[in-house]
Amino acid sequence: MYDAGKIITGLILFLVLFTAPIWVNLASGTSAKRPDIKLPIEEKECVAATAYMKASHMDLIYEWRELVVREELRAYHSPAGKEYEMSLTKTCLSCHSNKAEFCDRCHNYVAVSPYCWDCHTEPKEGL
Amino acid sequence: MKILYSLLAVSISIAFAWVGTASGGLHYLFGVVFPAVAVFLFLFGIVYRVVRWARSPVPFHITTTCGQQKSLDWIKSSPLDNPSSTLGVIGRMALEVFFFRSLFRNTKMELKNGGKLVYGSAKYLWLAGLVFHWSFLIIVLRHFRFFLEPTPVFVGVLQNLDGFFQVGVPVLFMSDILILGALSFLFFRRIVTPQLRYISLISDYFPLLLIIAIAATGVLMRYFLKTDLVAVKQLMLGLFSVSPIVPEAISPLFYIHLFLVSVLLAYFPASKLVHMAGIFLSPTRNLSNNSRMKRHINPWNAPVKVHTYEEWEDEFRELIKGAGIPLEKE
Repeated sequence: MYDAGKIITGLILFLVLFTAPIWVNLASGTSAKRPDIKLPIEEKECVAATAYMKASHMDLIYEWRELVVREELRAYHSPAGKEYEMSLTKTCLSCHSNKAEFCDRCHNYVAVSPYCWDCHTEPKEGL
Repeated sequence: MKILYSLLAVSISIAFAWVGTASGGLHYLFGVVFPAVAVFLFLFGIVYRVVRWARSPVPFHITTTCGQQKSLDWIKSSPLDNPSSTLGVIGRMALEVFFFRSLFRNTKMELKNGGKLVYGSAKYLWLAGLVFHWSFLIIVLRHFRFFLEPTPVFVGVLQNLDGFFQVGVPVLFMSDILILGALSFLFFRRIVTPQLRYISLISDYFPLLLIIAIAATGVLMRYFLKTDLVAVKQLMLGLFSVSPIVPEAISPLFYIHLFLVSVLLAYFPASKLVHMAGIFLSPTRNLSNNSRMKRHINPWNAPVKVHTYEEWEDEFRELIKGAGIPLEKE
């Protein structure tokens, strides 16, 4: 091999750089644990199915915003046949009252920072 | 035909992952085994290719010279286009790697007005190439939010910049639009231009279509057919901490995306994509043009037996002296 010094340095740099996440995770003892979220105690039923809410709640909230702000429609009929008011503050946050222990846990886990809170005020604990 | 085969290869990959996870229940295979094998093939393949290259001797400095060579002090030289020092070479390589400087010089040749040959600059390839590569880098770096916990700070910074316009929820990333645009240009360029179509091979179309499919499935998953991201991160963290788990409730679309990435990684070292490593080992770029300052001797020159004038003079000294012929050394 020619220029062995440079080649080996380069290869080591390549391997370290491209496997860095593995070493960082092993060194910090990261495990694939699902973040703990605090679910509402009294209310057991959400406005839509859990699987849908897990993946697509942002679509629902976005749609609500458009309907309320642009169409002045406020009533939402859930697939389960219940009627809710389309409101983040009044409907979502009335059950999920603790943003830090519900919204933020997962959002932080997957590094999502929704701009809902640029306008909406964050509910205070025990409000 | 070549496009068709490439399209077929990508479609089969998609169908394979789809059927395997949607109805075959092969989540462990597609979520853990294939990615792990692909990463191994990628790392091993790159090292293998680089070592193979490093075993080829490059005895002479065969750098391409695009500017005035360094010579006399009063002749202005171009240290980046025709570097004579290591520093110049580093500068040239950096510009090449980060900004594709040599592609910027791309020209096109056209026959105009009844057979008149005209040369002109052609920057679109450079622009689309640059946009594609930078978008790809940003997208790969953004994906670190699935690889590490807690998510590193740079991911947040990149996401904020990339989603600067705050369009929709989840926020639209500019790099997603740019990469699909650039890739489409690079793909259609090969189809529309007859000369390019003539020289394009399966190994040109396939990686393009594969990366288009990766970007498209990613875009689909982010904006349209969403899946449980927390479960996705669990799977990726499991992979990257070498203790794999397969959470439930991840959609087949994710497994298609992951399988296509695995195919890309496994295919990478065996294809033209290995220019990622190859660019650093290009003798026409990574050598200094110092052939007139430093003598480079070919290491495998056959030994030639020489008889110098000095030796000859020593041999016949007395005879030369006797004949009255002047000597170099008395």
